[in-house]
Amino acid sequence: MLNNVSTRTQSSVSIRELSLSFGSVKVLENLNLDIHDGEFLVLLGSSGCGKSTLLNCIAGLLEPTEGQIFIKDKNVTWEEPKDRGIGMVFQSYALYPQMTVEKNLSFGLRVAKVPRDEIDRRVARASGILQIEPLLKRKPSELSGGQRQRVAIGRALVRDVDVFLFDEPLSNLDAKLRSELRVEIKRLHQALKNTMIYVTHDQIEALTLADRIAIMKSGVIQQLDDPVTIYNRPRNRFVAGFIGSPSMNFLKGELAEEGDHTVFKTNGVSFSLDGYDASEPLKPGRQVILGARPEHIKVDGDITGGEIHEAVVDIEEPMGADNLLWLKHAGHVMSVRIGGARRYAVGAKVRLAFDMSMASLFDAGTEERI
Amino acid sequence: MDKSLTMPISGAAISGPAGSRLEAGPQGKRPRKVLSSRNVIVYGALGLAALYYLLPLYVMVVTSLKGMPEIRLGNIFSPPMEITFEPWVKAWAQACTGLNCDGLSRGFWNSVRITVPSVIVSIAIASVNGYALANWRFKGSEIFFTILIVGAFIPYQVMIYPIVIVLREMGLYGTLYGLILVHSIFGMPIQTLLFRNYFVSLPEELFKAARIDGAGFWQIYLRIMLPMSLPIFVVSMILQTTGIWNDFLFGVVFTRPDTYPMTVQLNNIVNSVQGVKEYNVNMAATLLTGAVPLIVYFVSGRLFVRGIAAGAVKG
Repeated sequence: MLNNVSTRTQSSVSIRELSLSFGSVKVLENLNLDIHDGEFLVLLGSSGCGKSTLLNCIAGLLEPTEGQIFIKDKNVTWEEPKDRGIGMVFQSYALYPQMTVEKNLSFGLRVAKVPRDEIDRRVARASGILQIEPLLKRKPSELSGGQRQRVAIGRALVRDVDVFLFDEPLSNLDAKLRSELRVEIKRLHQALKNTMIYVTHDQIEALTLADRIAIMKSGVIQQLDDPVTIYNRPRNRFVAGFIGSPSMNFLKGELAEEGDHTVFKTNGVSFSLDGYDASEPLKPGRQVILGARPEHIKVDGDITGGEIHEAVVDIEEPMGADNLLWLKHAGHVMSVRIGGARRYAVGAKVRLAFDMSMASLFDAGTEERI
Repeated sequence: MDKSLTMPISGAAISGPAGSRLEAGPQGKRPRKVLSSRNVIVYGALGLAALYYLLPLYVMVVTSLKGMPEIRLGNIFSPPMEITFEPWVKAWAQACTGLNCDGLSRGFWNSVRITVPSVIVSIAIASVNGYALANWRFKGSEIFFTILIVGAFIPYQVMIYPIVIVLREMGLYGTLYGLILVHSIFGMPIQTLLFRNYFVSLPEELFKAARIDGAGFWQIYLRIMLPMSLPIFVVSMILQTTGIWNDFLFGVVFTRPDTYPMTVQLNNIVNSVQGVKEYNVNMAATLLTGAVPLIVYFVSGRLFVRGIAAGAVKG
């Protein structure tokens, strides 16, 4: 789907026309991806979309059926994992249970017969960065989840590699630890400036960590962009619906012309599309889906301009900092995010206006952005 | 400041200063009757089953401690009036089988010389097989595994004659080495299955992590997998020790009288048709032969259960 042509010297990891099938099941198909030097790339998708499979291919743990993988401009398609210059962190930590933290960290170096003092130096450096020095003599079973994952990151760190691979590293942790370690991983990336490829199904992790996000579905990259673009200008309806919580509102309707304005018509109500940045001419009569995020629909006092409609409050969901209103209008129920202090009674009438500059229009057939 | 004002919820909930808020009626843990019909049935059935299995053992032990005159009285359940260890000594050191009159001790040492190498060889090979089948899937590994499992269902008797010929051609027939070889091969299907299922149940990510760390086939096996596999090795060891020690068929077919394992010798003592039937010696000899697997189980039984459970959950 995407053919990012980039100059070869820039990319740290380059995946070219990669396909992988298990028997008759095609997991990845003709996938192209170029990851820049020092970039933090997140592979985001729901389970079974092929994101972990792609990561395992990069690591050399799975053999692709077709295609090539380059790391640092070297064709590593047939190389062993250890020769690829990668370190990997797994969801289940995968620490060797019978070894102490120190032995866990140094295992790869001992296998590679690195001199003793060099091993000590690297273990000291990694444990210093990750602040796990007090744990060096302990066994993995004596560590908490967060400490274990820190050790697992350390094991990748001591290998002194160009590329870090993370396979859902935070999914086994509770919510509080997850957000703490997320920040730490970001800090680590800023300090090390290594290339990092990070697989997750958690959109918050993706949005907060990534330089660029690749959203995958059924083995195909749907969109590869920086988080802001992904969030605000999703390329298709799948991306729009996948990213954002609460989810984007989708209204089915058609394009029409009223006076010299192009409008979006649904159930007899028309919304002016003034301010929408279309990538192609908006032809009247075309069946489309209008997508608007809850925070891009303004209510009462928040309205700064645009066409004003009247809606009825259906349900109110106070979430602390925010308040989520479900409004009924034009035969649709749409969610609107307002400040947590503003409360509405069910059945109250409110005025609303769409911020069309932040909205998205998709073709109803192809579901591609217009 | 009044405490009940700052904590309105708890304040409102307490009825009085000394007050217990409990009402008459059920509270806390529900009482259980010791002599409920459920308990009687469960423990009764367990007790009966235990009795059923322990009674023969009891008869054997008391008979082996009696002298022949006392046995002839015919009270097989009565405890010995005069305890004697004579039958045990005789069974171990003096009982005659054929021309040899040095008791079961000869068979015991033969069995040790058969069992120990067979157990070590079969476990060493089967564990590597299982590891390879679980972690290094190669082309045709599933077919290989299926063939191996089918091997476990073929009756041994079918293969005895061909094996006799093969061993004869190899010059191993009648030697302990031949029997060791046969035991090692016949243990392979079930042992490989056991190890494969155990290694499959270990997290795959550990194996992946070790590969990224640069460890190869043997390094992963020896440094990662082996240290995590004590329970399954114990299970395997118990199964093999018991199976090989208790084997009679291969022992009688593939060895000569001076290399007979203990089981064959026991049979020859117990089933000898000449002379007086010395029940006390027979009982002692049987208990001696059965003691080894029993001791092995009692020593490592806890690990056995752990290993069986670990292998059974997944795989």
